[in-house]
Amino acid sequence: MRIAVVATCLGDAMFPQAPIATVQLLERLGHQVVFPADQTCCGQMHVNTGYLDAALPVVRHHVEVFGRALDDGVDAIVAPSGSCVGCVRHQHAMVARRAGDEGLARAAEEGAARTYELSELLVDVLGVTDVGAYYPHRVTYHPTCHSLRMLRVADKPLQLLRNVRGLQLVELPEAEVCCGFGGTFAVKNAETSTAMLADKMANVLSSRAEVCTAGDSSCLMHIGGGLSRLRSGVRTVHLAEILASTDRDSAVPASTDIVFEEASR
Amino acid sequence: MTAVELGMPTVASDPHGHLRGTESFPRAAHRALADTQLRRNLGHATRTIRAKRAAVVGEVDDWEELRRAGESLKADTMARLPELLVQLEEQVTGRGGTVHWARDAEEANRIVVDLVRGTGADEVVKVKSMATQETGLNEALEAAGVAAFETDLAELIVQLSHDRPSHFLVPAIHRNRAEIREIFLREMPGVDPSLTDEPRRLAMAARAHLRRKFLTARVGISGVNFAVAETGTLSVVESEGNGRMCLTLPDTLITVMGVEKVVPTWRDLEVFLQLLPRSSTGERMNPYTSTWTGVTPGDGPQTFHLVLLDNGRSNVLASPDGRQALHCIRCSACLNVCPVYERTGGHAYGSIYPGPIGAVLSPQLTGISGPDDVNASLPYASSLCGACFDACPVRIDIPHLLVQQRAAAVAAHTRPTGQDLTMQAAAIAMTTPGRFKLAEKALGLGRVLAGRKGRITGLPWPMSGWTNARDLPAPPAETFRQWWERTHS
Ligand code: SF4
Repeated sequence: MRIAVVATCLGDAMFPQAPIATVQLLERLGHQVVFPADQTCCGQMHVNTGYLDAALPVVRHHVEVFGRALDDGVDAIVAPSGSCVGCVRHQHAMVARRAGDEGLARAAEEGAARTYELSELLVDVLGVTDVGAYYPHRVTYHPTCHSLRMLRVADKPLQLLRNVRGLQLVELPEAEVCCGFGGTFAVKNAETSTAMLADKMANVLSSRAEVCTAGDSSCLMHIGGGLSRLRSGVRTVHLAEILASTDRDSAVPASTDIVFEEASR
Repeated sequence: MTAVELGMPTVASDPHGHLRGTESFPRAAHRALADTQLRRNLGHATRTIRAKRAAVVGEVDDWEELRRAGESLKADTMARLPELLVQLEEQVTGRGGTVHWARDAEEANRIVVDLVRGTGADEVVKVKSMATQETGLNEALEAAGVAAFETDLAELIVQLSHDRPSHFLVPAIHRNRAEIREIFLREMPGVDPSLTDEPRRLAMAARAHLRRKFLTARVGISGVNFAVAETGTLSVVESEGNGRMCLTLPDTLITVMGVEKVVPTWRDLEVFLQLLPRSSTGERMNPYTSTWTGVTPGDGPQTFHLVLLDNGRSNVLASPDGRQALHCIRCSACLNVCPVYERTGGHAYGSIYPGPIGAVLSPQLTGISGPDDVNASLPYASSLCGACFDACPVRIDIPHLLVQQRAAAVAAHTRPTGQDLTMQAAAIAMTTPGRFKLAEKALGLGRVLAGRKGRITGLPWPMSGWTNARDLPAPPAETFRQWWERTHS
């Protein structure tokens, strides 16, 4: 299959491990991955902060860039982010319609119908639940709100994780409660966000996992940022990184901390 | 502490009543989050009620169909609300009741005060009603020399402690048993000084206190859960039986209802009476469902007044998307599942309508008057986690409404804020790939900030909101784009 990757703005600039792992995983599974280089951002930050007018050109840009990719023969579009796919699928057409641009709304819907979150692409489209990964760690999984309730990915990420060799999957108590990130919510209502984070961290720590994984770098930035501040000894790793890991190829560094600690040496 | 410090408007001076607090959500939340007793009380109560709800919802095979039926019935009702209200008025009038129309809270209060005065009574008994809390009726009655007695246990606790409700269903959810005992000992005339905090003993104390009022009050005041247009029948659902007494014992009954409470036909109750108790108290069926139609000679109140309250609802109805907020049946399921509500409690929202639905309903009812309107902060009091939508028995798309009300808040900016400028600059960069690449390069600065630690631990305002509690990793040495160019071209 020919698959276009949405790096996501956060993934591109701050957490490249996630889109890199997505590319390596899909290539390992025998697919051809393309990166439409003009891509920037899906517009989620604008939409969810209430800047629906400012979001319009961002949405149009995304729809055009990936529309061209589809015209060039791409079969599917993938993003290692539940919330970006959620925005594409549930908000792009709304933003366009609100501005009275029915043509853009239809184009957005066409693009959205071919856009998948990573676990959806693997399980629903490619039909694999065992991607041949190896990851010898004790891991707990946080289902991010947008993958859980906007996309309804259900247990697809867990199906994938259960098939990773060496991985010990432990249950996260109160897993379905929001971690408190919420985009600009974490800054505009920082104290409430922190109170939610405190409970999420308590649950992660009680699981005795060494790694907390999820399908969204943004939520992991939040949970990981809190765990790092406490020097808790638990790290956050994107689902794509775990699925990309094999016993032969450990090209993907294990954690944010290590990447940056090494980079700063 | 004064009432103002607590964010409590003592008198509803706003013609809208209690739909707006005195400070923004983040400021009010700041205090609530630090109140460990509040956090514990709410955490315990919402957890318990969530578990009960999940259990009784889980046992209904056609729950999703019921939700869809509720949603459709409400959408249909809103599409022809004026016609249904006229039908309701005709039916109520035809069966011996009198219907009054109130534009806003002030007018509703004036109507009720005049009606009570007309009876010569100086005391009224009340069954818990959100509509009269919204209008601030108790204060208006008090100003007119009429004492209003709340008869719902939780509402009584709130009234005795000169507090405000913080939840639709359990207005005193922010109090625990020990606190309730202290309130009773302090405020309840003639209470047994050996009162313990056993729930049964507390309920008995309230019962003894209220019984005298029920038997002497000549006027009862109620709200409404459902009003059937087809027959003019009104309905109140409750758990304690106090409502049944308020609705049947006094000579005069005055009912205040928000205009959105109307349902087209008697049969529609079939859907709502299944959805409501399971979603609200986590019961299969609520203990008391009272229905009445006009006046029945020789049985129950012989004078019946229905006050139809608009108070901003027409404005909400005018918004094709926003009107969904009027579908709410006040079950409070969205409050109980909301991680923000659970941690801040209801008072932080200022308005009498807290939680996710309050955050989208209050700003629509009042309108957002400008950038400093405290109600403009409410739609941001959510991480958009979506738990409210899943719990809502009538499928109100609250996350969508939150985004929509955020847009309304942004539109109310009279001059560009720092956030506006940032968002505009970001939008320009995000539509110009060259500039986006450039902006990514600027992130290298973050690597300097992070230094040898590899993590950023302190940033200036507003990003200090983030770094006060969380680290931020240093930006990577290589962006994805650079990695792709290096490895794939
Ligand atoms: S919005 Fe829905 S869940 Fe919330 S109180 Fe209203 S009916 Fe219940």
